[in-house]
Amino acid sequence: MSSFKVASMHDAVADLVRDGDTVAIEGFTHLISFAAGHEIIRQRKRDLTLARLTPDLIYDQMVAGGVARKLIFSWLGNPGVGGLGAIRRRIETGEPAPLEVEEYSHFGMVGRYTAGAANLPFFPIRSYFESDLPVANPLIREIESPYGDGVVYAVPPLKPDVTIVHAQRADAAGNAQVWGLLGCQKEAAFAAERVIVVVEELVDEAVVRADPNRTIIPGLIVDAVVVEPFGAHPSYVQGAYDRDNRFYLEWDAITRDEDAIQAWLRDWVYDLDGRTAYLEKLGLERIAALRPSGSAPSGVVDYGEYR
Amino acid sequence: MTDEPTRADGGFSKSEMMIVAAARELAGRRVCFVGVGLPNIAVNLAQRTVAPDLELVYEAGVFGARPARLPLSIGDPTIVTGATAAVSMYELFSFYLQGGLIDVGFLGAAQIDRFGNINTTVIGDYGRPKTRLPGSGGACEIAINAREVFVIMRQSRRSFVERIDFRTSPGNLGGAEQAERIRREGGWLGRGPSVVVTDLGIWHFDDDGEMRLDSLHPGASLDEVRSTIGWEPRVSRDVSTTPPPTDAELRLIRDELDPGGTYTR
Repeated sequence: MSSFKVASMHDAVADLVRDGDTVAIEGFTHLISFAAGHEIIRQRKRDLTLARLTPDLIYDQMVAGGVARKLIFSWLGNPGVGGLGAIRRRIETGEPAPLEVEEYSHFGMVGRYTAGAANLPFFPIRSYFESDLPVANPLIREIESPYGDGVVYAVPPLKPDVTIVHAQRADAAGNAQVWGLLGCQKEAAFAAERVIVVVEELVDEAVVRADPNRTIIPGLIVDAVVVEPFGAHPSYVQGAYDRDNRFYLEWDAITRDEDAIQAWLRDWVYDLDGRTAYLEKLGLERIAALRPSGSAPSGVVDYGEYR
Repeated sequence: MTDEPTRADGGFSKSEMMIVAAARELAGRRVCFVGVGLPNIAVNLAQRTVAPDLELVYEAGVFGARPARLPLSIGDPTIVTGATAAVSMYELFSFYLQGGLIDVGFLGAAQIDRFGNINTTVIGDYGRPKTRLPGSGGACEIAINAREVFVIMRQSRRSFVERIDFRTSPGNLGGAEQAERIRREGGWLGRGPSVVVTDLGIWHFDDDGEMRLDSLHPGASLDEVRSTIGWEPRVSRDVSTTPPPTDAELRLIRDELDPGGTYTR
C-alpha cells in the first residue's frame, strides 16, 4: 500500500464505500464527519447498514437521503435538543420504507467494536440484566462464565466494511492524532475492513512522531486520508471550532417535515459539489463565530532522546 | 439581572425547584455519572454548591470534568478543557463504571413505575412503536453498575405509570425482595434507585422497594401528586416541605448554568 493516501472526498467515498456496505461514521458528539456523510448521500449509495452509537443529525440526513436500509445504534436523538424525525418516521410508520433496527446500549456498542477490533467471537459485559433489550434484540445473549462465577451478557463483534473518522490531524500515510473526546473511533477503525480518515490538517510525519501518545489510528489500517477543514461542522473539533448549536436547533424544525428535509438536502447536499461549496454557502462569519472563546494549550512534555 | 421578574408565582419555576432539590441530594457523594438533559444541570449546580468535590463523569469519556459553561449535551468541548482525564468510552464503561468507581448514576426517564424501573425506549409495541424514544444510551449499564441511581423527571400520568411499556433500565424490579436476590446472585454492584426528584416533590424508596413521597415542593399539593401518577402513591406520614431555592442557587442557575432558560422555564 502506498504511504501517500491523500484523496479527495469524492474519490475516497467512490472507491471505498459500496452499496450494501456496513458503514460506521464514529465520533461521540465530537469529530463527526458530516462531510463524508454528505458525500455518501450525494453519490446516492444504497442499502447501507449504518452503525453508530448516536445516529445524530448525520444519520437522520443519510436516512432521509435514502442511503440506508438498516440502523445499528444505542441512543437515537438530537443531543440536548430533541428527536430525529426522518429516522423516527421510518420506524414508527414504516414510511416511505421500513428501516430495520438493531439496538444496543452504549457499552454494548463499544463492546461490539472492541470484539471486532480484537478478533474475538463476542464481548462480555455486566449489563442487560432484567432489561427488555435482550428480548428486543436476540443477538444480546446471556452466557455462563466458564469459571463458574456467574452470568454475563455477550454482544457479537461488529466489523464495519468501512469506518470513517474525523481527526484533528494526520500525515499523508494516515497516522491520525486526536485530542478531546475519544469516543470509540479507535475501536471502530481497528474493527473495519477499510478506513477513511478525514482531517482538519495534513501534517508532516515528524509532527506525528514528535507526539506518539496522541496517535489513535496508525496509517497501517488507513486506506484514504481526506483533508477537509471544518468537515465536522455542525459538530465540533476540540480546540478548533465549537458545535454549531444554532444548526442543531434548526434541524429540530426541519426534521419534523419530510418536505423540509428534502429541500434542505437539495440546497446543502445535492446542489453543491463538495465541502468547499458548503463552507462558502455557510459563510465566513458563521464559521468564525464557532472559534473557541480563548486558548487552553497543553503543557509540553519531553519524551527524551535515547541513542 | 436578578431584579427581573421571576419565572413563576412565588419567585421560582417548578423546574428550578426540581433542579435545586436534585442537586442538594448529591451532598456527600463523591463520583457521579451524568445523564443527558436535566441531570446535566443538576450535577453542575451541585458541584457549585453542596458538593464542590463532586467528580463529574461523562459517558463521552471524561472523568473529573470542570465545565466552565453548561454543556450543550452529553458531549461538549467544555467538559474536556480542564478535566482530570479524557479517556476512551471503552475505558470509561469498563474501568470506571463496571469497575465500581461510580457512586451515583443520574438518569432521566420517559416512564417510571412504582419500583423505579425505567423506560426510555418506546411507547407502545417495540416492533411498531407509537413513539420511538432515544433508547438506553448508557442508562442500562449505569442502572446495574452505579452504586445508587438518582432519577430526575417531571410527573405526569403518562410518565408515572402502573406498567412501563419497555424496561430499558432495571430498578427494584417487582419489589425489593426479588431485586435484592437477583442483584446478589448476579453480582451486581448497584443497589438500584434511591431517590426520584420531580417537579412536585422528592421520593425515596421504602424497604419493600416502592417509592415513597417524603417531601412536597412549596406550592405543590398531595392532590396534585395523586392526579399526576398512575397508581395510589405511598406518602410518608411526616411528609415535609422542600426548602425553596436560595437566592444563591437561583442566581447560579439563571446567570451561569442556564441563562437561556432551556431547562428551567
